[in-house]
Amino acid sequence: MATATAPTQTLHTIVVYLEDEPGALNRVVNLFRRRGYNIESLSVGHTEEANVSRMTLVVRGEDSTVEQCTKQLYKLLEVIKVTDVTDDSIIVREMAIIKVTADKPESRAEIMQFSEIFKARVLDVAADAITVEITGPEEDVERFFALLRRYGIKESVRTGRIAISRGSVANSAI
Amino acid sequence: MTLMESAPGKTARTTAGLPLPLAANRFTARELDGARILCECLIAEGVEVMFGYPGGVLLPLYQVLGEYPEIRHILVRHEQAGGHAADAYGRVTNKVGVCMGTSGPGATNLVTAIATAHMDSAPLVAITGQVGRSMIGKDSFQETDITGITLPITKHNWLVMDTKDLAETIKKAFFLAQTGRPGPVLVDIPKDVFQAKAYFPGYPTEVKLRGYSPTIIGHTRQIKQAANLINQAQRPVILHGHGVTTSGAYQELADLAEKADIPVISTLQGLSAFPSAHPLSLGMPGMHGGIHANHAINESDVLIAIGMRFDDRVTGNLKSFARNSKIIHIDIDPAEIGKNVPTSIPIVGDVKNVLQVMNKSIEEKKHTEWREKIAGWKERDTKRRGNEMDRRGILPPQFIIQKMREVLGGNAVITVDVGQHQMWVAQHFEFEKANTFISSGGLGTMGFGLPAAMGARLAVKDKNVPVWTVTGDGGFQMNLQELATCVQDDIHVKIAIFNNGVLGMIRQWQSVFHDKRYHSTPITGPDFVKLAEAYGIKAWRVSEQSEVAPVIKEANEWPGPALVEFLIPEAEMVMPMVPPGGSNMDAIESAE
Repeated sequence: MATATAPTQTLHTIVVYLEDEPGALNRVVNLFRRRGYNIESLSVGHTEEANVSRMTLVVRGEDSTVEQCTKQLYKLLEVIKVTDVTDDSIIVREMAIIKVTADKPESRAEIMQFSEIFKARVLDVAADAITVEITGPEEDVERFFALLRRYGIKESVRTGRIAISRGSVANSAI
Repeated sequence: MTLMESAPGKTARTTAGLPLPLAANRFTARELDGARILCECLIAEGVEVMFGYPGGVLLPLYQVLGEYPEIRHILVRHEQAGGHAADAYGRVTNKVGVCMGTSGPGATNLVTAIATAHMDSAPLVAITGQVGRSMIGKDSFQETDITGITLPITKHNWLVMDTKDLAETIKKAFFLAQTGRPGPVLVDIPKDVFQAKAYFPGYPTEVKLRGYSPTIIGHTRQIKQAANLINQAQRPVILHGHGVTTSGAYQELADLAEKADIPVISTLQGLSAFPSAHPLSLGMPGMHGGIHANHAINESDVLIAIGMRFDDRVTGNLKSFARNSKIIHIDIDPAEIGKNVPTSIPIVGDVKNVLQVMNKSIEEKKHTEWREKIAGWKERDTKRRGNEMDRRGILPPQFIIQKMREVLGGNAVITVDVGQHQMWVAQHFEFEKANTFISSGGLGTMGFGLPAAMGARLAVKDKNVPVWTVTGDGGFQMNLQELATCVQDDIHVKIAIFNNGVLGMIRQWQSVFHDKRYHSTPITGPDFVKLAEAYGIKAWRVSEQSEVAPVIKEANEWPGPALVEFLIPEAEMVMPMVPPGGSNMDAIESAE
């Protein structure tokens, strides 16, 4: 039965392979809504195999809830494979594109400097704004955001987490 | 029907994906329109009956339906009823029930029935018409996004956008509906997909679904561990559900219970899978279950849960449910394991398969002391039931159920609606034969009883097997239009209405938990006898105990649909009763 101490909610990274069919993404998202699971981020794209998509989900919840969530995902017909990679040795990346106010020469210089340190790329420069791209672990993206906030962020977009395993062992749809 | 032979030449496909020489094509190739392809597929699936209602976008299908006398089409009066009838047909035959509705309202009327089948894991294929492909997404007349609407209440659904995909999709739909954990599947077909022609090489013989492979065979080590635990148990209890019925594991369940001398508790949906009169049967647990059944679960040391999902009506408050038990949970759906109750030994697999393997490692046992203890609790329950039956001057519903069982025998198939009468049937009808109790247990859909009885009647080929529905005056009025269907299609269902002039179960809750504020529970109705007669159905009204058995007998023998209205007391309650959210050990045993 339930223990006396409150179960802890943690972030889980889940990799889902699914068939690239109309409505497949809708089914996944609908499942999360229907059962009340919290999606922190979701990222989806094609894979090395035709007609198979790979999704990286970040879910907040107790271990048992997330386990239930993966079981429910498996019940979807388009879902081929679900792996909770949270405790695996993985490389995690996120990309963000940030348009930041840079209407003074000194702020422009500082932003360029920070970008260099974070290995962010300047994508576009306007008279009063700079658009930069950063790719890295979410903590780096967060720290970069924090630094830029003082200049005024005009617009930003983030991809959400994507993850891949380290070493030579590969996850795949099979 | 006419075979439209054509010479498709380059477009011909073979199983190897290579074009056949023209000469070979002349005798194998058939180009058919989508409507005929669908009919061919349904016949190949062995569909004998379907419940439908025509409409604009289904016209191309109804145009050709007459060419296929193998399929009996029952014209229902409302698509919801067609869905319930198909659901019950599927449950009784263990085949797939088929219902059909047109686009828009026809499709949305099916939603309640699809959700009902989904909650109770019933094999159902729903076919809906859709507006023509070029009209989709334009808010066209009678357009609705039925695949979007039914997404969370189907096992899967498809919108077929090309006639050449139709046969394969139908094959997948039927396969999915009846394998693994059964459930409803919806196939949405646009009008012009029915009309367009495609090469039809015959119904596919196999189906490939990459993301779908139900686990049938249980894990050997887990099964061995479970057997060991059962062999060591001092106070074991079996708690089984509908999964025993869907997998047909009646004999395996009885073997396990008898060999190891284990009392058997059946959930509402599990009823009839194990004979109620068996010395090991403890009947139903939970909210309206026997006190002895709830006590047995509470004091068990090993609880063997078979093909069930620990519904809240079964467990009561989870914190106090089976807290001293080690739980073995056998189910075909891995997502059910650990969903509500933590499990000591989970076994994913088909119940019949798992029990066959497990029973080999089960030792013969006698649990005399444990069973005597349970018998002590049961004695109290038996006394209470006796008091319920034995009341003069009124017509106790419990008494009516008992008489029905005496007159109809253990073969009868009983469908029920939802509410008090449902619980009285569950408590008092001694089920003998497997799969003879059809009830909307999960969704609790009022209006289920009558259409379900229609489906069950058509499913039971032996005319001598009675098919009755027991319903209330509330639930009956939710789908009473189907009386006309029973007459037009000569479906000999027998209807028992328990009329108390109130929505009884809701009134009971108002009485016990809501300060006796009887708002919106008194409900009027027509003169049910006159109503039946207006439809051309023979009917009786019963208010005396002495009339009960003779009228049931007469109605049962009547060569046509028949209706019996029983006038029962307004204030009658279903007892025992566990307060919602309360512990199963805190059941109320009488209304006072």
